[in-house]
Amino acid sequence: MSGRTLERRDLLRASAAVGGGLLVAFWFPASAEANSLALPKDFVPNAFVRIAPDGAVTVIINKAEMGQGVCTSLSMLVAEELDADWRRVGFEFAPVDPVYAHPGFGIQMTGGSTSIGGMFEPLRKAGAAARAMLVQAAAKRWNVDASECRTEKSTVTHTASGHSATYGELADAAAELEAPKDAPLKDPKDFRLIGRSTKRLDTVAKIAGTATFGLDVSVPGMLTAVVAHPPVFGGKAKRVDSAAALRVAGVVKVVEVPSGVAVVARGFWAAKLGRDALEIEWDDGANAGLSSEKLRADYAALSRTKGLTARHDGDPDGAFAAAKQVLEADYELPYLAHCPMEPLNCVVDLRTDSCEIWAGTQFQTVDHAAACAVAGLKPEQVKLHTTFLGGGFGRRANPASDYIVEAVAIAKQTGAPIKLVWTRTDDLRGGYYRPMWHSRIRAALAANGALAGWAHTIVGQSFIVGTPFEPFIIHDGIDGTSVEGSADTPYAIPAVHVDLHTTQVGVPTLWWRSVGHSHTAFVVETFLDEVAHALGEDALALRRRLLAKEPRHLAVLERAAGAAQWGTPLPAGRARGLAVHGSFNSFVATVLEVSLEHGRPRVHKAWTAIDCGRIVNPDGIVAQLEGAVGFGLTAALYSEITLRDGCVEQSNFHDYPMLRINEMPDVEVILVGSHEPSSGVGEPGVPPVAPALCNALFALTKKRIRRLPIRREDLTA
Amino acid sequence: MKLAMKQAAWVRWCASGAAVLAVVVVAVQCNATTKWAGADARSAEARVAWQTVYKVLQHPRCVNCHPAGDAPLQGDDSHVHAQNVQRGADGNGLFAMKCAACHQKSNLAGAHLPPGAPNWRLPRADEPLVFEGRTSSELCRQLRDPKHNGKRTPAQLLEHMANDPLVGWGWHPGVGRERVSIPRDELVRAMKAWIDGGCDCPD
Amino acid sequence: MALDLEVNGKRVSVDADAATPLLWVLRDDLKLTGTKFGCGAAQCGACTVHVDGEAVRSCVLPIAAAVGRKVTTIEGLSSAVGKALSQAWIEEDVPQCGWCQTGQIMSAAVLVAEKATPSDADIDACMSGNVCRCATYVRIRRAIHSAAAIAKGGGR
Repeated sequence: MSGRTLERRDLLRASAAVGGGLLVAFWFPASAEANSLALPKDFVPNAFVRIAPDGAVTVIINKAEMGQGVCTSLSMLVAEELDADWRRVGFEFAPVDPVYAHPGFGIQMTGGSTSIGGMFEPLRKAGAAARAMLVQAAAKRWNVDASECRTEKSTVTHTASGHSATYGELADAAAELEAPKDAPLKDPKDFRLIGRSTKRLDTVAKIAGTATFGLDVSVPGMLTAVVAHPPVFGGKAKRVDSAAALRVAGVVKVVEVPSGVAVVARGFWAAKLGRDALEIEWDDGANAGLSSEKLRADYAALSRTKGLTARHDGDPDGAFAAAKQVLEADYELPYLAHCPMEPLNCVVDLRTDSCEIWAGTQFQTVDHAAACAVAGLKPEQVKLHTTFLGGGFGRRANPASDYIVEAVAIAKQTGAPIKLVWTRTDDLRGGYYRPMWHSRIRAALAANGALAGWAHTIVGQSFIVGTPFEPFIIHDGIDGTSVEGSADTPYAIPAVHVDLHTTQVGVPTLWWRSVGHSHTAFVVETFLDEVAHALGEDALALRRRLLAKEPRHLAVLERAAGAAQWGTPLPAGRARGLAVHGSFNSFVATVLEVSLEHGRPRVHKAWTAIDCGRIVNPDGIVAQLEGAVGFGLTAALYSEITLRDGCVEQSNFHDYPMLRINEMPDVEVILVGSHEPSSGVGEPGVPPVAPALCNALFALTKKRIRRLPIRREDLTA
Repeated sequence: MKLAMKQAAWVRWCASGAAVLAVVVVAVQCNATTKWAGADARSAEARVAWQTVYKVLQHPRCVNCHPAGDAPLQGDDSHVHAQNVQRGADGNGLFAMKCAACHQKSNLAGAHLPPGAPNWRLPRADEPLVFEGRTSSELCRQLRDPKHNGKRTPAQLLEHMANDPLVGWGWHPGVGRERVSIPRDELVRAMKAWIDGGCDCPD
Repeated sequence: MALDLEVNGKRVSVDADAATPLLWVLRDDLKLTGTKFGCGAAQCGACTVHVDGEAVRSCVLPIAAAVGRKVTTIEGLSSAVGKALSQAWIEEDVPQCGWCQTGQIMSAAVLVAEKATPSDADIDACMSGNVCRCATYVRIRRAIHSAAAIAKGGGR
């Protein structure tokens, strides 16, 4: 498959880039074809910014805007060095082009909470280069020395001569100049935008309903496709009777594609009614017998055997042999759907020698390559437009490009532009879940009260195996995303053993907001609470002791605990719990205050402190952390995808509920400033939430929750 | 003493009952004006009939909209309605969460869709007509007491059960919901028998 | 069949089956895509519009039931309350991914119109039908309080 080849080539470049420093793969093209919507009179210094004669500054966003605020924070990076008038700064989403590749991963993508960290320098350089050209153009025009010119609010000024010109006025002259190779960057102390809370650039469009998401795209003559997917993963349609579907008014065609049977109709409703009317006999295939209960038992049994070693420090066997007390526990986490509010969709306008695609995607390079392969077209014949994403959480970064491939496959057989629409049920049953996990974990407590040994066996699927990412993420059989957050635990424990069983189950899995940390943080942070309880030590005190050499963990821990007044008395029926976890180079500590209402957990307040290095947009970070609390609580309280007879049981929000506003706690976010490089913000807030909640519930009820989501009976039994 | 109070109540009911089923009018009048031989047998019958009525009223299809709290219930397990739906003073919900925001005049085709019937609502907040958690005796007394039954005459109660399309939905609840197991005409017959027998209630 | 509707003050005629949910007539036929699809079962509120001033989930309202009534979508929410909500939503920078936000605002508009000073409990009662996967709830709550204050100060 040519798509696969392209991915590999790109990823090889990524590996070279990683080896030689993050920014090797980044370059400014001499011509800026990639800045594709530029008009003839625009000043286009590079692929990331252009300035129109009227002074409008447009930043080209090479990331998916799925709520994390990149269209604002990335624009700030350019505007800072450009000294642009922020009121004239707008943005648009980048086309697919190697120039827009992730500087670390080598493909155009959004994930791993790396957008700001990865683009911090490149975008500043893009802004600085543009500014230098504008200054040079002004100096030339006024016949003065460029070093004597100042810039502010999209204006170049030469004080001595009294000259001044706006960027718009200088645009055409600047366009004649050569881009400088290394325009100097500002000293951070001179930042005017970076570090200041800046309103999102996409709010107005989003609340007016004018922001274009994938599902909002419409092209002339477009039909809508709704697909009947096999009820069991890997199943195939054996016999399709489409007569009744074709009788539904508005239904145009029924087409079989590798992923199912598509009904193509004028509008969604006809397509959906048509799909409901399909009569399909499925060959369920090898996964017909899958059941969550059976998997749980299998995983539990596996967890009693030795897996591949992910970490081995000191002498764990000796520590356990010499222990005064050994704690052991099993922790279980379910499959989780990402469940973005905008169901998956894709618009495809396929012609004989061209293809245009509109989709909310986190994975442009991969999706583009996959679309080329299915369409049978050359890369230059296929255009992929990135729209706003109505949520991603990892689901729209799929190495298999499932909804893109499906849409192109349907378009190939339709002869008209099509919009593929998944319903909520399709989304919940369509696979690519956060894997189900089982952890067997043990702690050796020495006679002197020390935590002397730690052993963690992890059982679950890898979503990296079989993808082009395998060579970069899997080493010696260990998928780094399966053990992250455990194998790299920062706690000072003299003997640590972490091992992994990678299972093979026919359920498609994928990264889900915070990836491996979404399960390891729950296990490690809850079990550490068990250790504290066994030692009779305060949970904060124990962490302080074990993190003495981890200043960034400690700092967020102290700040969150301090804000929550950890250790002070609470009214009867209330309790606090805490957790701290580092992920994506950021550090987050969270304290939750809970009670029980009608036997269900009620979270009243969350305090969450983050150190994410240098802060770009403080209020944007606050928003991500607030949201992470809600997202983490949803998973802890409600979320579970289960299988019975090979079929997913959940179908909509009634059985895959989301936290609602009446259940949302008040959230206090504490930004711990640091001069470290900017690091992740979108994901790191999620991992500490579930353990903080369960630790608080233990303090309240003395019931230890070791399986998510929390069940009512686990709190009362 | 108890009987006397009850008769007074009957009289009030009679006075206020306007458009009613003829048979009920007859029964109510007879019962309200005379106490004839065989009344004891009738009241025994009434108590038997009441058991049928009670069974129906305790069905999730009835209880879910006659909850003890201010939130409707859902499903055959009568769990509290998702989405924090609140009764509101008039029983029609609150703000953007009025019943009619989701519930249509009839059921929608398919599972897990909002059920529908004309005038989908809860009882008013000042007359909540609670069925949930009521014992047979409590509910019986509540139903015959105009102070706690929405100021309804027996005729109006019968009318609600016999003809209100919202009540009728209990026998046509749509996909995925258990219908009321006792047929509606049986409920109506039992209601009449209970009323005829003087609305006698179990202890 | 041809059905005559009034949407955002304009009379429109659409050819649709009477059972078609209003949502799909708005999105597919009238290209009013500010009203969003999230669940198709009145469980998430993304599709909230006003019919005769009341919030309804357009994904379950048969189009026939909208005939003869005034439909208002986010594109047509031009009341003083609507403007106050927009202002407050911008001041609080509420949206993240944004998909649910138009539905949130349509629901909030009914609350602020009916109750000049909504309490937190009122907000819970009004807004719990609107799911936000990004969990922007803290800001939605603040924005509603703020919009109510704006509407009282400068509204009708």
